[in-house]
This record gives sequence, structure tokens and C-alpha cells, in this order.
Amino acid sequence: MCSGCPDAFGLSLRRRKAFQRLMAWVAALALLLAAAAAEARELRVCADPNNMPFSNTAGQGFENKIASIVAAELGASLTYTWWAQRRGFVRNTLKAGLCDLVLGTPANVEMLRTTTPYYRSSYVFVTRQDGPDISSFNDPRLRDIRIGVQLIGDDGANSPPVQALGRRGIVGRLVGYPVYGDYSAPNPPARIVEAVAGGEIDLAVVWGPLAGYFAAKQKVPLRIRPVAPRIDGPLLPMVYDISMGVRREDDRLRGEVDAALSKHKTEIDAVLAQYGVPRLDAAGSPVR
Amino acid sequence: MPQWTEKCLGERRAGDAATARSLPGSRILAVVVLACCPFLTAASQQPAAIPAIAPPASAAPPDDGQWTMPAKNYASTRYSELSEINESNVKNLQVAFTFSTGVNKGQEAAPLVIANTMYIVTPFPNFVYALDLSKPGAPIKWKYEPNPEPAAQGVACCDVVNRGAAFSDGRIFFNTLDGHTIALDANTGKPIWNTHIGNINMGETITMAPLVVKGKVLVGNSGGEMGVRGWVKALDAGDGHVVWTAFGTGPDKDVLIGPDFKPHYDVDKGKDLGVTTWPPEAWKIGGGNMWGWISYDPDLDLIFHGTGNPGPWNPDLRPGDNKWTAGIFARDPDTGAAKWFYQWTPHDLHDYDGINEQILLDMNWQGKPRKVLVRPERNGYLYVLDRATGEVLSATPYGPVNSSKGVDLKSGRLIENPDKKTGTGKVVRNICPTASGAKDWQPSAFSPKTGLIYIPHNNLCMDEEGVEVNYIAGTPYVGMNVRMIPGPGGNRGAFTAWDIATAKPAWSLKENFPVWSGAVATAGNVVFYGTMEGWFKAVNAETGDLLWQFKTSSGIIGQPITYRGPDGHQYVAILSGVGGWAGAIVSGDLDPRDATAALGFVNVMKDLKNVTTPGGTLYVFRLP
Repeated sequence: MCSGCPDAFGLSLRRRKAFQRLMAWVAALALLLAAAAAEARELRVCADPNNMPFSNTAGQGFENKIASIVAAELGASLTYTWWAQRRGFVRNTLKAGLCDLVLGTPANVEMLRTTTPYYRSSYVFVTRQDGPDISSFNDPRLRDIRIGVQLIGDDGANSPPVQALGRRGIVGRLVGYPVYGDYSAPNPPARIVEAVAGGEIDLAVVWGPLAGYFAAKQKVPLRIRPVAPRIDGPLLPMVYDISMGVRREDDRLRGEVDAALSKHKTEIDAVLAQYGVPRLDAAGSPVR
Repeated sequence: MPQWTEKCLGERRAGDAATARSLPGSRILAVVVLACCPFLTAASQQPAAIPAIAPPASAAPPDDGQWTMPAKNYASTRYSELSEINESNVKNLQVAFTFSTGVNKGQEAAPLVIANTMYIVTPFPNFVYALDLSKPGAPIKWKYEPNPEPAAQGVACCDVVNRGAAFSDGRIFFNTLDGHTIALDANTGKPIWNTHIGNINMGETITMAPLVVKGKVLVGNSGGEMGVRGWVKALDAGDGHVVWTAFGTGPDKDVLIGPDFKPHYDVDKGKDLGVTTWPPEAWKIGGGNMWGWISYDPDLDLIFHGTGNPGPWNPDLRPGDNKWTAGIFARDPDTGAAKWFYQWTPHDLHDYDGINEQILLDMNWQGKPRKVLVRPERNGYLYVLDRATGEVLSATPYGPVNSSKGVDLKSGRLIENPDKKTGTGKVVRNICPTASGAKDWQPSAFSPKTGLIYIPHNNLCMDEEGVEVNYIAGTPYVGMNVRMIPGPGGNRGAFTAWDIATAKPAWSLKENFPVWSGAVATAGNVVFYGTMEGWFKAVNAETGDLLWQFKTSSGIIGQPITYRGPDGHQYVAILSGVGGWAGAIVSGDLDPRDATAALGFVNVMKDLKNVTTPGGTLYVFRLP
């Protein structure tokens, strides 16, 4: 305010005094608000906008829920940068400085600094309850049934079950479902589980959290069994520890997120159980 | 057509007379005799005399000084009859004007010049600029912004490039990354039609330059690694409706294989091989995309286009030849009907996309005139095919090759080297060439004056060492731990003049980085190309001697062109701006500590960040 200016408001002297007092209050309040804003934190998360059960823009995924738990512990408000989790996801989001935390990522993945894992899951066989109960890649029945696999197709990359079947020459009746699915539809990765329920295939080998969540939504009862062996041949793990990831140099945030994950382990376990995530770690719910 | 008031500057029709070439100079580097990479060479045939080699006149009409399609003409020679700039005066070239595209990603497009206007397409977001060459400094005449969906960037495999537009009948045709083909009025930049043919939600993108043949705009899709099934479509140039679609996999009716299909080799004969050479259903997401180059022979009335590698299945899961991937089709442009097919790489193990350029030439082969198609292929062989029948006349390595042992000229089949077969968890070292091939998309040029093909290419091999864990769409997976390494000699790139008549290099220049730019050859005996450090170079077409070079603002991966300006003088243009798969470490800011990023390319390009930064600038040169 400018007290020496000509009175632009046409106010009486008494009123002007009151007005100046009011303005002083407004200024003080603004200062207070600014100070509060400086202390308010933002937890900027990089996530996929259409990738249930992990995350979506409506915040319905289990990673959305766990992110809220972490943000609350950090006293931060939660904001998202949405980007399909494909090649270039980390480069275009985390490394571009648009956000600071990637939610689901295998522990010790090369391009990130990862937290202590908060759950361990496995690839699973999904079958109809009235179908063959198969739990090993060495089951001879695999040669006679239609098998759905998730295909990554990232040039020379593929899901470990695909490699395990290939190594055994079980290739005659495979049906491939690209993990990306049809991104214009809701739940792009759900197709493979729906195909088991609908009888298009007899068995699917699917990453646990996807299988657990979408199997529960089908009209026919489905069976889920973690695959065996857990490590197939040289270097083919079927079981992965899942962490959160930050930029490699961001030790401070990693420490804070780590502490929040461990402090709220019980709540996080409850969220994972609610979403039917098959767990292979000690704290995990037994696989159905 | 523009009225050219200036007289021609002494160009003559190429190929009028067989030009006896001077013997190559002392700068020959044998690039194919490599102790570390043993391979068998298919017996090359020695013709009795030096033959005249030239493109068919119908596919390479007399040069009018314009540049209306990226490959210059249907024969795809990238050769200009302009000769004002020649080997003696090219050292005097100077900048005529420059222009910033405003997009700092890999610039792979060829500028076009029609009448007094130059047209440029940028990488995503795919701006199109028209520059008025008749005014000082070539001001912007119009700009068109297609506003492609940002999500397309996450779908494209390797940088968000665009390889240029095509001009026909007053219209500019170009593709957007998010799968649209658009026709613009060349004068006003107003869209005439816009056809959405590629769906990013299914993993499809478009990066190629269209080709216009007989009133049809030919376009293909990218995205094989995402499980996209490849196709080529012909759109009506008038209103943009789809006239025909030919898929790269599946039943004959989808591939447009009918009674006219007469492949040369028996292995390509039979019903529905696009289904039966795969496990059941695998062809439905089998790749075989078309994101490269198309050529056209008006006399035979055939278009020629390659097909990409099989995807997304790893090789163990797709026993069989996986037709019609990693091969080449000849088709009727009106109906798309396939006439013949040849498979460069049956049951591809190494991502050898078969989408490179094919140069159409007429030459004497063993004493008889033959219509041929010459192609420096990704798998490392320089192929000469009979373009009427699809017969392989010769296949000679033009760089280090050990992933295969040669091509059996009887059966046409590539002979695989079992020692270099990769598999998860297996350590296989020193596989040549890499997934990026002995040559990737970067197009060659051919000069009828010298009979040489000028090939910008890579000199890279790769180690596959076990596996690395990664994560996509919420699913963990294991990838090959691929590390590319410099090929024999330690230089990562080369620019080779290949003598088709003798099946040998006439000369080869070593380049520190892969040569990821195109090339252009001229009647002035000058060949132009660019390097990833940013040098734009002019070399002597006969000897390879460096005649001139200019350092642009960023690495060059674009396609040079040359044209006659409104003032009657010859100009040379190139887009500078590093990127593409090879340059993703700079344009995509990949982490040099992550050796396996960009499928192992980062490992071999770590130092590129020290020599160049992203950019997007057009440079145009002329004589003083």
C-alpha cells in the first residue's frame, strides 16, 4: 500500500485509518502464508495413468494407495506426473526432473537408486478351477494345452516364463499378449487373465499382482499358483523384490521413503492383501 | 511444374555413355578382410568388361534442379545432375542461410525443394515449414502444426524422428509420429486431408517418408517390437482414403498374395506361408513392419519395399522362417498385389530389420543386360537382385559379418553361423553386425558417372552377456545385456564407395562415430555426407579425398540434398541435429553409465556427449 498516494478510494479519514490497519493485517497474513508454503512439501511421483492394479489417474491402484501413505508420513502433498510405463519412462519423467519417485520397480534396477523392497511377488500360473492344476514348468501337460504368455518384445527382452517355455520347446500352442495391451481401453494388461476365464486359453503365465487383481474380477473361479522352479536355468528369476526408485544421486529422498515404507509396513501389507497381490515374502499373505 | 528461366548449367543426362572410371586412388581400405570375423563370401561374378550401370530413365528422369522426394527419384539414386559445384570449387562453399527448426531432437528428414520453396518436416511434434527461397534469408512462407498426441513419444522405439515429406501435384504429403498421413496445399500449408492410419494405443507409430506413385501415397508403420503387425497402405492422393493394405504377416489374402505371386525361390511358394512358418497365432503380433524406403520401377510397374524383423517373440518361441518378415516384396502399385518376395534373413535372431533403401539400376550381368536392385542390407551384405524376378545375383559383405557365413546363391538362403546364436543367459561375444546392422536406415547414393554406391554405415559389433532385469507396464522382465563395441579397426563408422561391377569397395573412409546420415552424389564429382560430431563433408566421388568440410551446430543424421535455386545457382542443404537410435544418448539424454540403454548403443557412444549437443538447424550452402 502507498499511504502517501492520492486517495484513490475516496474514503473518509477514519475509514482510511481502518483500511490501512486492515492492509497491515493482510500483509502479515500473506507473510504467514508464504512461510507455511515454504514448509509445505510436495511428493512428486512418476506413474502410469492407465495401469491397474498398480496405478491410474483416478488413484485406484495399490501403488496410488501406498504413495499416499508415504506422502502422509513425509508431511507432503502428493502430485503425479503421468506417463505410460514403457521404454523412456524413467528418462522422460524422473530424469527429466518432472517428478522424484517411481513407485513399482524391481530392486536394484540399474538406472535407479532403489529403496528396500516392500514386497516380493512371483510369476504365477493362472488356470480355471476346473482346469489342470499346474505349478511347474516341467509339468508334461503344458505340451498339450493352450498357454497365454505376456510378451514384452523390447528387442531381445522377454518375460522369464516365455524364456522358460522356449527353453523346453513348449512353443506349439502359445498365444502372446503384449503387456502394453490396447492402451485406449481400461486395464490394458487384463486381456490375458480374461482369456483364461473365457476359455480362449487353458493357462496363462502372468506376473503375480496382475493375476491376483484381475483373477478376482472374473465371473468364473480361477486358480493361482506361483511358478516353479523359482529360478529357471541360468539367470532366469521368476520372483522379484519390488522397491521404489529415485534418481541415483537422490540419497536423501531414498532414505525418507525407506523409513516411511518400513514404519508403515503393516498398512502397506494390508493394501497389498486387499488387492490380492500374491506374496512370497515372509509378511505376505498366503497365495490362494 | 515451375518455369525455370535460367539455363541448365551444363548438366548432361547421366548414363548416356559408359564412363570409364579412373582406377581408385591409393586411399583404399580393405574393410571386409577381417581376421577376427571369418566369413565366406558368396562367389562374386566378374563381368567381362566394365559395364555401364545406370538407373532406368523412367525411374530417374532428367534433373530439373528440384528435390521432390527424399530419394530424389523413384530409382532412389540420390544423385543430382547439377555440376556447378564440382571437385575443384567445392572448397569455396559458404553458408547461404540457416534456419532453426525449433525442435532439438534427431533430424533425419530430407528437405524438399519445389519451384522456389523449400519444405522441412521436424521430428515430433512434426512441424512442417515452407521457406521462400526467392527472398533473402529464405523467410518462412507458412508453418503447419499437426499437434500429434504427446503419448506417441512413449511409444516410439528410438527417438521421435521423421524422415521427410513427399511432393506431388501441388501437395505436400507427410506422416506424424502418432499415425496420421496428412496432405497439405504446398502453396498455403492448409490441410487438404488427414487420414488416421496408425494407432499409438496398439503400439503403432509412423516415422517414414511417404512415396507417391500413380496417385497413391504409400505409407508403412513402425512398432514391431511392441507386437504391432506390419503393413503398407496406399492412400488415394486426392482424398486420402485407403485404397489397399498389405500386411507383413498372416494369410495370403492379408498379404495380398494371389495368382500373380511368382517368387523366384521354392521356399517362398505355398499357401499361407505367413501363417504356417510361425507357431499358431504368433503371426498376429509378428512384426514385419515397413518404416523404411520404397522404390518404384515405372517400366515393370512394380514398387519394392522391405519388411522389418519379426517381433515381439524371442526366436525360440517362433520356430520357422517367420514370413514375410525381414525380406523384400515387389508389388503392383495399383492393387498392392505381391509379385515376388525374397527373405534376407529367415528366422531372424539379431533384429535385422529389412527396411533399407533399394537402388534400381540397369547393368550388364555376365554379358547380359539385367534390371537389378542393389541394396546394402542390415545383415551386412550388399545384395544385387534381379528386380523382375527376385533372384539373388550376388551378396557380398560390405563390413564385418560373422553372424552368418554367406548367402547360398542356389537357394538364396542366408547361411547362419551357429556360434553366434544368442540366447538368454548365454554369453556370446563379438557378434557382427549389431542389431543396428552394418547399415541401418541411413540411405546410400549412386552415381552413374562413377558406377559407385556411396554407403554411409556402421562398423559395430556386440557382446551379449547374460541378462539384466527391467520393468515395463508393471511387469518385470529380463533383457539381453547387450553392449555394442567398435568393429575391427576401432572406428565406429565408415563411408564406403562400393563398386558394383567388381563387388569390392573402391575406397572407404573411417569415421569415429557411426555414419548415421544419408548421402548425396552429384555430377560435379562430389559426394556429401555428415558425421555425428557435426561435420558436413564433401569428398571426391572417385577417390574419397576430403575436399571441404563445415562444422554445424550439432551432430548430423539427416539426408543431404542439392538443388538449383531461383537464381539459377546450385545449393546444398542438410539438417543438423543429433539423435536417432545412435544419437539417443544426446537427444534423449540417456545416462552414459547405463551401458545397456538404447539396446546397448549407449555403451559404444559414451563419448558422443562430449562432442555434440542437441540441435535442429537447417544449413544451406552455395558458392560465393
